[in-house]
Amino acid sequence: MYTQSFSVSDGNAKDTHKGPKPVPVISAEDAAKIAAFEQRIADDGRIEPQDWMPEAYRKTLVRQISQHAHSEIVGMLPEGNWITRAPSLKRKAILIAKVQDEGGHGLYLYSAAETLGVSRDKMLDDLHTGRAKYSSIFNYPTLTWADVGVIGWLVDGAAIMNQIPLCRCSYGPYARAMIRVCKEESFHQRQGYESLMVMMRGTEEQRAMVQDAVNRWWWRCLAMFGPPDADSPNSALGMRYGIKRFSNDDLRQKFVDATVPQAEILGVTLPDPDLKWNDQRGHYDYGAIDWDEFWRTVNGDGPCNKERLATRVKADRDGQWVRDAALAHARKRAAREAKEAA
Amino acid sequence: MSSALKEWPLWEVFVRSKQGLEHKHCGSLHAADAPQALQMARDVYTRRQEGVSIWVVRSADIVASSPDDKGELFEPAADKIYRHPTFYDIPDDVGHM
Repeated sequence: MYTQSFSVSDGNAKDTHKGPKPVPVISAEDAAKIAAFEQRIADDGRIEPQDWMPEAYRKTLVRQISQHAHSEIVGMLPEGNWITRAPSLKRKAILIAKVQDEGGHGLYLYSAAETLGVSRDKMLDDLHTGRAKYSSIFNYPTLTWADVGVIGWLVDGAAIMNQIPLCRCSYGPYARAMIRVCKEESFHQRQGYESLMVMMRGTEEQRAMVQDAVNRWWWRCLAMFGPPDADSPNSALGMRYGIKRFSNDDLRQKFVDATVPQAEILGVTLPDPDLKWNDQRGHYDYGAIDWDEFWRTVNGDGPCNKERLATRVKADRDGQWVRDAALAHARKRAAREAKEAA
Repeated sequence: MSSALKEWPLWEVFVRSKQGLEHKHCGSLHAADAPQALQMARDVYTRRQEGVSIWVVRSADIVASSPDDKGELFEPAADKIYRHPTFYDIPDDVGHM
């Protein structure tokens, strides 16, 4: 559901300014391979798992796809919190389906990352030990039922903006996984918006609840698109490799332009006094984003970072005996079948 | 005991979207054995009636051509243009052929 449109360095992001790297020596054979690879990217061709690829391309993809997968899996938690408290059987069924989709998206993406030679266990281990990042949007709590609707409308809406261009990214398995994800994503956004519409037609208290949730989520959603282009070190590489097609700022602008009319129809105010139509640019202007808060949350000090990670680690640990038992059972049965066949 | 056991093996999943069409590769997943792989494939890849039949194959059992052999394997066909119908000029009067 949610991509971190930016792919931040795993480890403590932003503070790690590295010195100049030593220039590697490139053989003539490698130079020819690099040229062929770059030509294919330039021709808008696709790279498949067995094709030769530069190590930096592989690394960038592993980081981005695994962060994306982690985001889907951790993204199940804030909404999963409301499954037992959904206001009706209908909303509960919808929410279960949506959260299951997020789990599915995580699985498509882990599979795509594995085609690059990284194991599932390694990726999960990186997540559970805090080495790998996931989208910081999930480090905020879901305080009321209106949060569930707002996540569908705004968080999934922002994710769709990020994810649609990824359907055309240069790495085949990632692009194919994203096509699958995007097909399902539209349901997520629509169910959220519709549930908010129902609340807005309800009592004064319900309308206030929706407005409160919008106030809390709006700026975080804008930050989801990642740092401004000038401050986004991985963007240029992503662009060069045909993984990223639009800059963070362009996608953010697209999201704002699409969302303002939706907010008007819904009858909520977006909490930004500087938000207004700019006739010259043909876009909405918006106010300054608090990037310090964003980086604090990315680097571990958001309101729910510890809780989210602890929940994931516990789920993994509690499930270990099931995975072991299934494997032991499969081996036993295979041994029995081999014996009978002999 | 848990650390002695490794991760579940990888399976490739093929789904027939409707009767009359071929099975198409749609992704992969981890499962302990074949029955479990089928069940997981149902949950992961056909939540919206995307299929009427599923194949699962252990990824390790797939034999694939190598991209390095691409020239050797596929390029010989490039100069056999007489294998295509468009190679032959037929008078317009003949109509559709």
